[in-house]
Amino acid sequence: MPPSTEQPSTEPPSTGWPLFEVFLRGKRGLNHVHVGSLHAADPEMALRHARDLYTRRNEAVSIWVVPADAITASSPDEKDPFFAPSGDKVYRHPTFYQIPEDVPHI
Amino acid sequence: MELSETQLSEHFEATIARQGRIEPRDWMPDGYRKTMIRQIAQHAHSEIIGMQPEGNWITRAPSLRRKAILLAKVQDEAGHGMYLYAAAETLGTDRADLTERLIDGRQKYSSIFNYPTLSYADVGVIGWLVDGAAICNQVPLCRSSYGPYARAMVRICKEESFHQRQGYELLLTMMRGSDAQKAMVQESVNRFWWPSLMMFGPPDAQSPNTERSMAWGIKRHTNDDLRQRFVDMTVPQADRLGVTLPDDKLRWNEARGHYDFGEVDWAEFKAVVGGAGPCNADRIARRQAAHDAGSWVREAAMAHAAKH
Repeated sequence: MPPSTEQPSTEPPSTGWPLFEVFLRGKRGLNHVHVGSLHAADPEMALRHARDLYTRRNEAVSIWVVPADAITASSPDEKDPFFAPSGDKVYRHPTFYQIPEDVPHI
Repeated sequence: MELSETQLSEHFEATIARQGRIEPRDWMPDGYRKTMIRQIAQHAHSEIIGMQPEGNWITRAPSLRRKAILLAKVQDEAGHGMYLYAAAETLGTDRADLTERLIDGRQKYSSIFNYPTLSYADVGVIGWLVDGAAICNQVPLCRSSYGPYARAMVRICKEESFHQRQGYELLLTMMRGSDAQKAMVQESVNRFWWPSLMMFGPPDAQSPNTERSMAWGIKRHTNDDLRQRFVDMTVPQADRLGVTLPDDKLRWNEARGHYDFGEVDWAEFKAVVGGAGPCNADRIARRQAAHDAGSWVREAAMAHAAKH
């Protein structure tokens, strides 16, 4: 390759491609589910690599790739106070309500 | 809410105790993180280096069918390496750094891949014995306490089953062939049997980390238990195939309900792990060459991505 005449990048040549998270839809009617991650230079390459890496045996009808640094996550621990608001609201569940046995279809 | 180190530690231990999974951003003891990184990285490196011994036979496979199978298998090994590197990265490691550590010898890979593949029968024997031993090791790891590793192992185990069966079928086919083909299978079994037993690692008495790894749910069975399980599974398969496993101490022990077998040559194991195996230098040199030869591709892809 001839040397580039363009402006040199301000960053040193990175040996590492950015990280993408991969989500697969296993079949029509199901949500996309996270399966893992991979490195790629850009989103198109990430899709292609995701196909080669995560769908060698027909595991998907659709793939999403998302730059890992674009994801904002809660702290995943279930005991985290972040999830406390739903922890004490048992009345959000149908089993909270006592209905007599003889009421049909409820 | 700020939690103290003790509270975090108690929470971690409680998760382990109820067979819960540790997930990437959870607090974990340094020792757990380090042990997990070492184990996953070594496993990933093994998959990547493991492409080489069989990859040698792709261009010389005896039929298009066998070539397609071998290509798919070697591609799977690359895929397994990638799943595992991805799992290691969730612990805060860097992919490029792991590759460097493999190449400069700071991290290891399974000693089995330092043995050469001298005949085509080796492709079958590696599928049957080496992948068989790997399955024995890996099935319990689907319940590893570290979530991303356990999930990677589930995918890997599904795919390894194809690897083992294609190997055994290949050997069955050769054993229906000429005397020369049968002899080739036996000769290959003679070379790979003992190194396959070494894949389970040193005997329990010399495996100082086993106890803590089991307490943390990183390991589910001891090295010796898994080795015994593998021997018990494999002997009837060898009988059916019509080959002799090269161990004159191998016999059924009615009282134990297991096969007795001879002592592995642990001096050889140590030497091979230490770098003195027949192919150590070759394997690393080839990995290094592939890495170096690919550097312009990595840079060009980044340059292309920056432009578009």
